[in-house]
Amino acid sequence: MIHRKKAPARTNTLPMHAIAWVVGAFILIPVIYAFLGGFKANSELSGNPFGLPETWVTANYTDVLGSGSFWLQMWNSTFIAVATTVLTVALAALAGFIFARYAFRGRELLFTVFTAGLMFPFAVAILPIFVLLRTFGLLDNPLGVILTQAAFGLPLTIIILRGFFRSIPGEIEEAAIIDGCTPFGFFWRILLPMARPAIATVSVLAIVGSWNNFMLPLVVFSEEASWTLPLGIQQFQGQYASDTARILAYLVLAMVPALGFYALAERHLVGGLTAGATKG
Amino acid sequence: MTILTRGPEAVKLPVPAPAVKKRGRWLTITLFLLPAFVLFLLLVVAPILVAGYSSAFRWNGFGGLPTNFIGFDNFTRLFGTEIFAQDLWHLLVLVLFSVCVQLPFSLAIAMLLNQRIRGRALYRVVFFAPYVLSEVITGVLFSLILSPGTGMANRLLSVFGIESEWLADPNTVMPSLFLVMTWKYFGFHMMIYLAGRQNIPNELIEAAQIDGASTWKTFRHITLPLLGPTIRISIFLSVIYTIQLFDLVWILTGGGPSHSSETMAVTMMEYGFKRSQVGYASAISVVMFVLSLVFALIYQRFVMRRDLEGATTNIGGRR
Repeated sequence: MIHRKKAPARTNTLPMHAIAWVVGAFILIPVIYAFLGGFKANSELSGNPFGLPETWVTANYTDVLGSGSFWLQMWNSTFIAVATTVLTVALAALAGFIFARYAFRGRELLFTVFTAGLMFPFAVAILPIFVLLRTFGLLDNPLGVILTQAAFGLPLTIIILRGFFRSIPGEIEEAAIIDGCTPFGFFWRILLPMARPAIATVSVLAIVGSWNNFMLPLVVFSEEASWTLPLGIQQFQGQYASDTARILAYLVLAMVPALGFYALAERHLVGGLTAGATKG
Repeated sequence: MTILTRGPEAVKLPVPAPAVKKRGRWLTITLFLLPAFVLFLLLVVAPILVAGYSSAFRWNGFGGLPTNFIGFDNFTRLFGTEIFAQDLWHLLVLVLFSVCVQLPFSLAIAMLLNQRIRGRALYRVVFFAPYVLSEVITGVLFSLILSPGTGMANRLLSVFGIESEWLADPNTVMPSLFLVMTWKYFGFHMMIYLAGRQNIPNELIEAAQIDGASTWKTFRHITLPLLGPTIRISIFLSVIYTIQLFDLVWILTGGGPSHSSETMAVTMMEYGFKRSQVGYASAISVVMFVLSLVFALIYQRFVMRRDLEGATTNIGGRR
């Protein structure tokens, strides 16, 4: 009896693993193909797409790593992502603080205006934004991308931070005020440090959003010197259309920062995305 | 979604400050809100209004505001084109594919990874990973894999006697695009479902099993209804995303071959930036906006209504 009871429990997980392996293969094979392909010669790529390279050609990878444009794009992407995040989180924290802890006429209306921003597809605004940035001379200027990304990042960031600021008990605020804290002092020295987990979550969301953004840099940056990584990849593909192995190497190297960041911040990223979707 | 859960939150306001400090209070409120508000007004609200305004003009995008007023001509012209009809058709196809194939698949995988199987944490991390790769990386990678000459897909499938031009063939381009979307996004929906599943008390499911319900019946009558709100939100996100789909299509096909994978956002970018018909392109963006808004309102009014009531009472209770 004992034996019979145990046996089905064991065999039951086997089909589950089988399914998980098939899905895992679906996800991983394209990435492994790119990684190995980057080490192959183009002539080998079509004949032997799956196996290990016959001779490991490192030139594709080292050429990309030795090129100035790759590192320039990496730097541009990083700079824009960090600046966007600092600006978004700073402005959203100030606004979220007011929305969470001050009662005044029209507060909910104002908050609704911000939350309605979640419904505005970015693609709808891209043409007027282009015209606006051109008028202010912000084309080919990182500031044009940073300001726009921050503006569109505000709604979600304010919503998440407001929710978190609300959960901090009023007694703490009263105690701080009695001890002579100004509103900004309370915000800066007490609320923000307490909100560190929420700040981390919204920062991770802002960084990933900025890093992967394509549509906005595409219309704002025409000069190669200001290109971000996605623009660089697209251009590289056009330039080396027949040199598939070289493009694969470029892709793999461009994946590294995103996947490394994901490995570090997985908890915050998944937590932020699912909280935004399920709790709202 | 958050937009829906405002009303009752206003019930418990912070303690009003003493009257003496009133002026300082208003100063604080203004100073703290102003930067965010100005930026939001200037770069989110104003552009959308301008898009609406310029859709009524024939305009190449230069020289201040548009002047050549033509009323609804841009819209009548747009609605008469074959390309726009195709855009709508592609939207419908992708939404149907997503709701009928991608989301059930994500749900099944989420349920699978909710079981106690070895290595499930690793599976979750791997399945979600494509979501963090940019659309451009994904698009370029798959354009190489699906390329007819040297691509891996044909090499792999030739074992089964299948070969195709994939992205270059009007018959296979949409399924190929959908496959890439699934590769990139199913992990996101899986994570949402996993989070939703974790909010369901295990006692409910165990009770059903003790009462002798089969695994399928437990899922069908306990888990699935309780996951309802999560599923409805993931459908919502999926549709809103599909309405403005741009990056992947632009990289993979550019909308081709001969418009057979074009989306509204791609058409808009073509006319707005390549042909300098900004007024006409604005009309397309207005259609995207109205579609999103109408869908959101109807969906929230009729489909997510129950969830809304649940959510608001929850919030009232928690605070």
